[in-house]
Amino acid sequence: MAFDYSPYLRGGKLPHIWCPGCTYGIVFKSLLRSLDGLKQNKDDLALVSGIGCASRLPGYVDANTLHTAHGRALTFATGIKMARPEKRVIAMSGDGDATAIGGNHFIHACRRNIDITVLVFNNYIYGMTGGQHSPTTPVGHKASTMTYGNVDPNFDIAKLAIGAGASFVARGTAYHVPALDKILTEAIEHKGLSVVEVINACPTTHGRRNKFKNATDQLLWMKDSFLPKAAFEKLPADKTEGKLPLGVLYKDGNATEYCETYFAMTAGVRAQNEGRA
Amino acid sequence: MSKTKLLQGNEACAEGALYAGCNFFGGYPITPSTEVAEYLSRELPKVGGAFIQMEDEIAAMGSVIGASLAGAKALTATSGPGFSLKQENLGYAMITEIPCVVIDVMRGGPSTGVPTGPSQSDIMQCKWGTHGDHPVICLTPGYVQEIFDETVRAFNLSEKYRTPVIVAYDEIIGHMRERVEIPDQGVIPVVNRTKPPQGLAKYLPYDDTKGDVPPMANFFEGYRYHVTGLNHAPDGFPINAHPRIHTDEERLIRKVDGNRADICKNELYKTEDAEIGIFAYGASARAAKDAIDAARAEGIKVGLFRPLTMWPFPEEAVCAFAKQVKTIIVPELSLGQIILEVERVSKAQCGIEGIFRVDGDPITPAQILAKIKEVK
Repeated sequence: MAFDYSPYLRGGKLPHIWCPGCTYGIVFKSLLRSLDGLKQNKDDLALVSGIGCASRLPGYVDANTLHTAHGRALTFATGIKMARPEKRVIAMSGDGDATAIGGNHFIHACRRNIDITVLVFNNYIYGMTGGQHSPTTPVGHKASTMTYGNVDPNFDIAKLAIGAGASFVARGTAYHVPALDKILTEAIEHKGLSVVEVINACPTTHGRRNKFKNATDQLLWMKDSFLPKAAFEKLPADKTEGKLPLGVLYKDGNATEYCETYFAMTAGVRAQNEGRA
Repeated sequence: MSKTKLLQGNEACAEGALYAGCNFFGGYPITPSTEVAEYLSRELPKVGGAFIQMEDEIAAMGSVIGASLAGAKALTATSGPGFSLKQENLGYAMITEIPCVVIDVMRGGPSTGVPTGPSQSDIMQCKWGTHGDHPVICLTPGYVQEIFDETVRAFNLSEKYRTPVIVAYDEIIGHMRERVEIPDQGVIPVVNRTKPPQGLAKYLPYDDTKGDVPPMANFFEGYRYHVTGLNHAPDGFPINAHPRIHTDEERLIRKVDGNRADICKNELYKTEDAEIGIFAYGASARAAKDAIDAARAEGIKVGLFRPLTMWPFPEEAVCAFAKQVKTIIVPELSLGQIILEVERVSKAQCGIEGIFRVDGDPITPAQILAKIKEVK
């Protein structure tokens, strides 16, 4: 039987704003399947986003949804989580939203290891504003602000997250869908800051400027360029050029979570004060 | 039993926040407001609240809005450059109608300016700092006791009108120590946001058909709704090029400006027979009172109009004051900001004279007395 998405969708809010060929819908459905698999209560779920195409996703979901300012999703999400630490908070951003304008918030959320899941929709471009280069636009690729080919060096979002202290970091793609379902489920279940870099395609503002004739060409590029971590690690060094590993790249199940640590401290303060009284 | 304490202005602010039920503070260190954060980092854990020092001022403001949406009473405190950085998210709280309180302890500027010196040069930024048309409530206490009282009032107004409230005071009062009476809980009423009734078939977070301040549901309490900084329909979802954008922005401003009778608060000092007026707030108003007493000892009839709510501006009251006196003197720790508003609402009924100072020292009673004698 086909999966019924309707319990998680807000009535009357579709069709979505994404262009034909955009892969965000694939990830959106994967997220809903993961939430369903976890039997996530919608009242206890907040979806928080910044600005950009990916940031429109929460509006389609029947949950507590917050569309914030550019780059700032994680700051609002942190306030929500500190106010209601028992609730589930999932944030989503694009590559520019999370790692350019929101880069500081991204690394500090990772450092705190606060129990928020962050989906970074990496489509290698600023899509909503028409195709300007982002911190992940491949060097040499054309963008509306890199007419002659991008000269800006890139961030590796997964490595950035690991380096900044996130306790769960994974990479998935819009092509490897069953794997993405599993990754998102594990990321949401993880206690601590979990980052999932999801490789996406923007045919409209990135692909067509960069010799991808059809939207499907970018999916085939994902198929060829990303392989499971175990398979990637077996590749001889000279074969890894242009390829990246998929799956859970880093996981520390014992890392201390921020809210737990903070509220254990405050409970201790109150116990000590009561002891004195 | 009420408590009497010797407190610094910034500490009185923190005590006022706790009295009002503040249970979340998100901040970033900056002189001269840091003591608010330090005090609450120590006190909030004792009452089960949360304190977080964020990575920057922008993040602090975002965390405060998120916490409030999740049901907390949330505060941040900053100064000068930090206040500039908060402006975008401050506008977000205004358009999404999420209550919160922002303390701005004013220091010299622009830029890094004089971090340890007093100033009153953010007063127009309080009104116009964020982009777009927007409602602003800004309170301007002048004594340490008033910082306590006005912080409580700021939370109450914020909850009542679903809008951020700014409390702006200068570094002098922020760092001054004075006696503060902290009344028992219940003596000063504490206002909490009006929530929608339970069990509605559909909750519309921006339904303005029953009044300018729609009831606000907290996240996680059963009404799953959408919040966006885009202009939005009653259901919270974005609208583009729609007549409602115009009427809704008018409503946001009306819910504040239309309630001046409730929000505005002034002190009139010896104005009954005044022929010369002074319009001043904060530390400058304290100097003005000394100057008035000295002038009156010499038979000069001078009186002070001191706003405790600067925004919305007390237009009618200042206009009436302008009709009564022949000149209004405006001493302010800036190169002339609030004088423009005094001039605007006075409608040329009297002369307007400024005393401006930005060298890091306060305006003295002697400076004001000299000006009184000059205009008499």
